[in-house]
Amino acid sequence: MSRLSVRKTYKLYIGGAFPRSESGRSYPVTSAKGDFLANASQASRKDARDAVVAARKAFPGWSGATAYNRGQILYRVAEMLEGRRGQFADELGGARKAALEAVDAAVDRLVWYAGWSDKIAAVHGTANPVAGPYFNLSSPEPTGVVAVVAPADPLLGLVSVVAPAIVTGNTCVVVASEPSPLPAITFAEVLATSDLPGGVVNVLTGRQAELAPWLAGHMDVNALDLTGVEDADLALRCEQAAAENLKRVLRPTAGDWTADPGLRRMTAFLETKTVWHPTGV
Amino acid sequence: MFEYAPAPESRDVVDIKPAYGLFIDGEFVDGSGPSFKTVNPATEEQLAEIATASSDDVDRAVRAARKAFGVWSALPGSERAKYLFRIARIIQERARELAVLETLDNGKPIRESRDVDVPLVAAHFFYYAGWADKLGYAGFGPDPRPLGVAGQVIPWNFPLLMLAWKVAPALATGNTVVLKPAETTPLTALLFADICRQADLPPGVVNIVTGAGETGAAVVAHPDVNKVAFTGSTEVGRLIARAVAGTDKKLTLELGGKAANIVYEDAAIDQAVEGVVNGIFFNQGHVCCAGSRLLVQESIHDELLDALKRRLGTLRLGDPLDKNTDIGAINSAEQLARIRELSDSGEAEGARRWSPACELPERGYWFPPTVFTGVAQSHRVAREEIFGPVLSVLTFRTPAEAVEKANNTPYGLSAGIWTEKGSRILWTAERLRAGVVWANTFNRFDPASPFGGYKESGHGREGGLHGLEAYLDV
Repeated sequence: MSRLSVRKTYKLYIGGAFPRSESGRSYPVTSAKGDFLANASQASRKDARDAVVAARKAFPGWSGATAYNRGQILYRVAEMLEGRRGQFADELGGARKAALEAVDAAVDRLVWYAGWSDKIAAVHGTANPVAGPYFNLSSPEPTGVVAVVAPADPLLGLVSVVAPAIVTGNTCVVVASEPSPLPAITFAEVLATSDLPGGVVNVLTGRQAELAPWLAGHMDVNALDLTGVEDADLALRCEQAAAENLKRVLRPTAGDWTADPGLRRMTAFLETKTVWHPTGV
Repeated sequence: MFEYAPAPESRDVVDIKPAYGLFIDGEFVDGSGPSFKTVNPATEEQLAEIATASSDDVDRAVRAARKAFGVWSALPGSERAKYLFRIARIIQERARELAVLETLDNGKPIRESRDVDVPLVAAHFFYYAGWADKLGYAGFGPDPRPLGVAGQVIPWNFPLLMLAWKVAPALATGNTVVLKPAETTPLTALLFADICRQADLPPGVVNIVTGAGETGAAVVAHPDVNKVAFTGSTEVGRLIARAVAGTDKKLTLELGGKAANIVYEDAAIDQAVEGVVNGIFFNQGHVCCAGSRLLVQESIHDELLDALKRRLGTLRLGDPLDKNTDIGAINSAEQLARIRELSDSGEAEGARRWSPACELPERGYWFPPTVFTGVAQSHRVAREEIFGPVLSVLTFRTPAEAVEKANNTPYGLSAGIWTEKGSRILWTAERLRAGVVWANTFNRFDPASPFGGYKESGHGREGGLHGLEAYLDV
């Protein structure tokens, strides 16, 4: 008799733990062919709020960590992902070669962003030659808590929106791809074993149209990445809700996730702080 | 105490016309809305009749800007630069005229318009002129492109300076603009239109539409505007953010503030007092980055307050055209009413109010320098932007408490730190959630230095290399 496999329960990832949705809800996830894969947690408004609390709590520590430390942790995430290459390829499904390429690209993207942690300030900061006896320096700082609606591409898309948000010191709440949420939760397992402090990345699975507006209107969220929102009306409502506390908003984009990402995804969630001090004796 | 003889600057240098139209496509034209009056807030004297741009007028201005965009954006950067250098030079040549006109229309002391506003305006154009042919080196790729037509709405506290902050980077990067000055301070913007003509700037590159909120809303909502830049209240900023939601318009917002000015017990007290006074009483406190919350370490509270009150006793309030005046007029009756209402709430909520002996002129809009002590974080005078010469004093015991209180606001535009200890400056500056941190100084501005806020103080930066990003398709 063949052995019956032990299946994984797909839960949420909040504050470094894997809770079920407080709502007790789940939704079935199927493969491209329509085969049942698993029941994913269907996060609620309360879960979204809990995730924001966790992200806010993690912000001082993560933004206060050295850039070198953050870079090392992102690199560690890449290492852990590489180690699970086969598992992710299985979970992504479809053609084996394309799935492996997607995992490799996700690993490479993490490595690329890891290197930016201690370079972005040198590229995006400035020493300002003001017309007076003052020392004047502008440096980038993380915006705070970023709510991210991840694109449909379940792994490379997810990594491509999460890594630039956190490498600079932000913390985030991510709404995973609604039709393909399972790689996001498995990726949370990668994060959980990479020395990434709990709460820096929080992953919600469920209905995008239900979760995104709560995050867009949440007064303790500083920025909103609508990349994965394909419904123009939902994107409009989210951006309008975001105006309430003047969140920084990254509007929906049809991403070619294999292209050079540039700096835009990092700079969108950076503030510039300029410090003046008189010179003299 | 010295007696001062009046030393008024002559207003003969300005020639104010009885009525002004809109500046569209290089010409002054009539507006189709009902005209309104702009007054001298120091005397309530009517200065001129100003046209209101209707949404049709705004549409004409946007079409002129769109037409000009083709030509302007195709010019080599070095040619655009030369136009901007020309404008900077003409501003310097006509500096006295601009300063007097600004003071007449705004109410700010001539010393400030002459020594701060106008020199910074010229410097801003000079600075961004230099960028126009160097954009490929700014870190936004080899050939960053302009956005198109920029719709810009500016406030009344620094009318010409805010125009410069908006127009100079927009033009340097190859955009064309439709700018709406504030309803109460349109005159220097209209004089700037004349400067554009003297500089032979191609028609339609700069268009100026006057009017109130409706005109501004029409600029923001126009479907052929690619970029919206606004400086003003957080309340209006929210409306604008909602209005551009779902469009492709790029948005930068420079909004309100409630800056903390932190004075540690080891600070140089006399310098700190000067900084605190400059922080809140500069420009009658009509400054978004004003140091309106003084956070003083408990151990030096009494000493600092005594010195502060002594210093406030020497401030001279009165005729803005007088070269000895420190505090000018409140810009409008509406703003005066708001300052009064919030100050009254301070007393009603239990804070102690103090002003130096200070005689207010009979005509015009005036408010004495005012200090509230015993302020709690929950008081409205500690939470809401007053935008007037009103300082709220709070205390703290530890550096951590200072930072906690300083950051306890939805705003995040600026902050001040006063201490003689370098490591404490850096520790504090690192923790303050504010876009500009002045350490052992306050209210310093420079075209090379980015300015802008965290949180509900807006997004984007103006000034410096960062200021280019707002006008480039990057």
